This record gives sequence, C-alpha cells and structure tokens, in this order.
Amino acid sequence: MTALISIEGVSKSYRSGAGRFIGSGGDVKALDDVSFQVNRGESVGLVGESGSGKTTLSRLLMMLEQPSAGRILFDGKDIATLSSREVRSLRRRIQIVFQDPYASLNPRMSVHDIIAEPLEVHKDVVETSARARTDRVVELLETVSLGAQHLYRYPHEFSGGQRQRIGIARALAVRPDCLVLDEPTSALDVSVQAQVLNLLSDLQERLGLTYLFISHDLGVIRHICDRIVLIRHGRLVEEGLTETIFTTPSSEYARTLIAAMPDIDPETPWGP
Amino acid sequence: MALLEISDFALGLTSYEGEARVLNGVSLSIERGEIWGLVGETGCGKSVTGLSISRLLPSPPARVITGQIRFDGEDILRLSDDAMRKLRGRRIGMIFQDPTTNLNPAFRIGVQMIDVALAASRDKPQLLGLKGGEGAGVRRRAARALAIEMLRRVGIEPADQRIDDFPHEFSGGMRQRVLIAMALIGKPDLLIADEPTTALDVSVQAQVLKLMTALAREDATAVLFITHNLGVVAKICSHVAVMYAGNIVETGAVKAVFKAPQHPYTRALMAAVPKPGVKRGGLEGLAGVVPNLQTPPPGCRFAPRCHLAVAECTAALPSLRSVEAGHGVACIMANPSS
Repeated sequence: MTALISIEGVSKSYRSGAGRFIGSGGDVKALDDVSFQVNRGESVGLVGESGSGKTTLSRLLMMLEQPSAGRILFDGKDIATLSSREVRSLRRRIQIVFQDPYASLNPRMSVHDIIAEPLEVHKDVVETSARARTDRVVELLETVSLGAQHLYRYPHEFSGGQRQRIGIARALAVRPDCLVLDEPTSALDVSVQAQVLNLLSDLQERLGLTYLFISHDLGVIRHICDRIVLIRHGRLVEEGLTETIFTTPSSEYARTLIAAMPDIDPETPWGP
Repeated sequence: MALLEISDFALGLTSYEGEARVLNGVSLSIERGEIWGLVGETGCGKSVTGLSISRLLPSPPARVITGQIRFDGEDILRLSDDAMRKLRGRRIGMIFQDPTTNLNPAFRIGVQMIDVALAASRDKPQLLGLKGGEGAGVRRRAARALAIEMLRRVGIEPADQRIDDFPHEFSGGMRQRVLIAMALIGKPDLLIADEPTTALDVSVQAQVLKLMTALAREDATAVLFITHNLGVVAKICSHVAVMYAGNIVETGAVKAVFKAPQHPYTRALMAAVPKPGVKRGGLEGLAGVVPNLQTPPPGCRFAPRCHLAVAECTAALPSLRSVEAGHGVACIMANPSS
C-alpha cells in the first residue's frame, strides 16, 4: 500500500491569549511532533478527547493553517511547497464532512445549489455546463440514497440524517480521493448513525475512497476504521491496527479510554 | 406508594400549526433508590417528561390533557407555583445537559452553591446540622461548610479553595461535577438528570456518572436519567423505560429488557449500536423518522417504521402489557412468557 497522506513530525503552536498583553504568555502547543501515514483506500481513525489536537490536525490537512514545524505530504508532495494551481487541485482531492449537519448547510440554498457549489468552484476540472452539473447533483443524491425529488428543497425540510447525507454528497461532488470525516455521526441518533455508517462504508468500497475519521466514539471507530491513531495533548500516544489496539492496547491511555466506553451489556464491568 | 407515580399523563404543546400530543399517556412509577434510564430517539418526549415532572414547561404552550403526576403521594400538577418552587432544588433536583450555561459566570461557584443550600435548608435546618432559629451568619457559615463537603464528595480538591473560583476556572467535566454537587446539596428525593454527560469526553463521562450514581445510592435518591446512549443505561441504571413518539413502549429492569428486548423499537435501537463482531456496512439502521406529532399515525405510532406491522397495529394504540414480572411491552406481537 502507498501512503496518500504522510504527516511527518508536525507541530503547531498558537500564541496563548495571555501573551498578547503580558508578553511572556508563551505558546500553546496544539500538536507536538506528530507523525503517521494514511494509506490509499484505508480508513484511519483519529481518536482523542477534546483539546487533544484532532481538529488542529484536520485544519492543517485542509490547508486552513500552516504547521509550525514538520511537513505534510499528500501523494508524495509537500503541501507547503505547492503552487497555487496545485493547491486548488489538492483542495479538490481532500473534502471534509462536518460534525453538525444543522450548521454546515446554508439554510438559504437549495440542495441543488449546495451540492453544485463545489462543482462551480472547481469548474476547470469537473463538469462545466449547467445541465451536466444538475445531472451530476442528481447522481450524487442517488449515491447517498436520496432521490431526485429532493433537488429543490431546502435544508430545513430534512432530518439530521438526511442533512448529513447532503453533506456527504457535497463532499463527493468533485470526486475527491480522500474524505476527512469530523465526527460525522455524533449529532445523530443511534438509528440514523447506523445508516450513515453503512453508507460511508458502502461508498468507500464503491469509490475507493480514503477516510480520515475523527471521533471520540470508540464504538464507531472500531466499527469503521482499519487503523487507529490515538492522540492526547497534541502528542501521538498509540498507533496500530484497530483490533490490535482494542484487544491488546499497549498504552495506559488506550486502556483507560477502552475501559470507559460503555457497551450495551449490563453485566460487564465499566470504568477505568 | 412509589416516590414518583406518573399515570396516563398526556401533554399537548401548541405551535402555530396547532396542538401536538407530545406525551400520549405516559405511565411510570419510580421507587426510592431506583435509577431509571429514559431512552429513545430525538423528539420522542424524553426531555418533556423530565420537564413535566419539575413543572418547568410554561403553559401555554404546554397544556396537561389528562393524567396525574404524584410525587410522594401528592399530585404536583395541582400544586401552587409557590409550593412547586419549594419542591424544586429541595426535594426534586435537576441536572441539565450543558454545564457551561447552567452556572452563572458572574458569581463564584460557592455563592451559587450556598444559595441552593440556604434555600434547601429553610424547611430542613438539620441539613446544615442546625436546629432552626439560628442567625443568618451561622446559617451561612454552615451552608458554606456543606458546600465544601459536597465539592469534596464530587472530587474537586482542594474544595475549601476551589469553592471561591468562578465557573470559567473549571473544565467542562468539573463544571458538571459542580452542578451534580449543587443538585444533590439539598438531599433531594428525586434527581432528574437530562443528558448530563453528552457534552463530555468518555473518560470524564464514566467518572461523572459513577459519582452521580454512587451519591444517589448513598442517600437512596431516586434518579430519572434521560439519555439516548443505551450503553450508559446498561452500565448505571437499574430500570429502563423506552419512549417512542410520546409513549413508553417498553419498561422494566435493565437486565431483563436488555437481555431480551420485546418491542421491535427497542430491538431496532439495540441493533443499531455498533458492536464488535458486526461487519462494516452490516449495521441494522432503522429507516424513517419519528412521526410528526401534529398528525400522528393511527394506532401504534411505531407501526409505519416497524417491519412486523400488520393491519391490526393501526387499529388502536397498544397499552403496556406485562410479559414477565416487572417487564411491560406495548406491542400486540409481544408474547407473555410462560
């Protein structure tokens, strides 16, 4: 397998609030020398508690921020050295699905416009004519198991699970190689979560997508990911195959997290 | 007599589209020392049930259609606002989902906790270890001592110093622990906890919930724990009630219900939880959504999403029937075990 994404010794510091006034506030290290790889076609779970640096890492990957040290390779190329044309192409190849399907869709745009927007942005590389674009949107709606009858409806007319499907369709519009899934099911009921997880694994199989799946829900991670990267306070704690980490975790932190995960059997013990 | 007895309670909520029966004949009985989990999807009426017990729903839009809620033998729906205010925080404690919005950012947590302790001790001076009739200063000092003790019990150390901190000086998990301490400071008989750990990390969640249940056990407090996390219910509750579209569809001891769920909705919820051993893409989701309660489907409200539904299901709303001792199911397909 070849690495699609290579994170090599990446650190990211932010100036802390106090520093602006006092001068010696110091920096907050959101990420500290993190390295791992995501191979083509696999799904890697990025697991950590709030404040661990999960979101910072996804922002670096989406090129919304620059790392303070280290580098990120996408398809073998350092993303910091890309030309502006290559940056556009990279932004097409990595798409993101956000956590909150109520906040991540513009309420004043129809489903058609929401899904067609990335096609408009990247019109130099994807379908150009309005007709072709609409056809593509219908195709995408069908890909995520929503019908063409939803084309001109607005986000408020959909349930949470349907909205998340729209978010996924939008992410798929420009035929990306890689999806960053930032807690895509944590705002959903378990019944709906099951459908979205099934859809994601089906899409991965059909389209050969690579997933970076960010979550704190270990049950979901165990279900959908091939490998896990566990981070805490910006440092990589443990990395390995999902089943290995769940059955024989090597770090104390992984053991604590796994013990804290409540399963639905009332008779097994719970808690660290 | 159970501590809390809800019988055939129906509640309407009015919106500009008309009135919806959001609770459609809920019956539930909670004894002292029991920890009940109330589960179901979003919009099934879990929170509204909790808010109805503490009477925190403004009327209008809320309107009690039928039924009773008896707390320690007294119908709380008939109590005056004044009498109700005396119950809240003293005999009925509440914890809500978001620990950041439930503490006043402008006051030290000690001030907020002492307020609750003083209010709770007005009728129960023994709560502060007093006999009654003491001066304000004595009561305030005793209340402060109690607040410090409660902080210590929820694991916030050094409690005598942290009590003078402001809410922003605590992390989310610690704020939720402060709220638990605050809810339990008046030694309530009933604690209503509405998704208290949804905003927290799993390791903090385990800590907070174990603490909450341990404290409840020490004082034989009854707990109504509202959540959509079935795993948490399996771990901390003694009993469970599953709600769907304003009805309780299955109820009983956690072990009985989770080992052998009878209602198709309970089974569907449990099947949707990712478990080791289920192949990727092989989860059983539950198609459809909770119905619009403005125009609920006839008969069993779950019938349109149920794979077992037959014509008979739409004829009448099935009532809870006992399938074994203490295990009730509202489904015409459920068979009493012999």
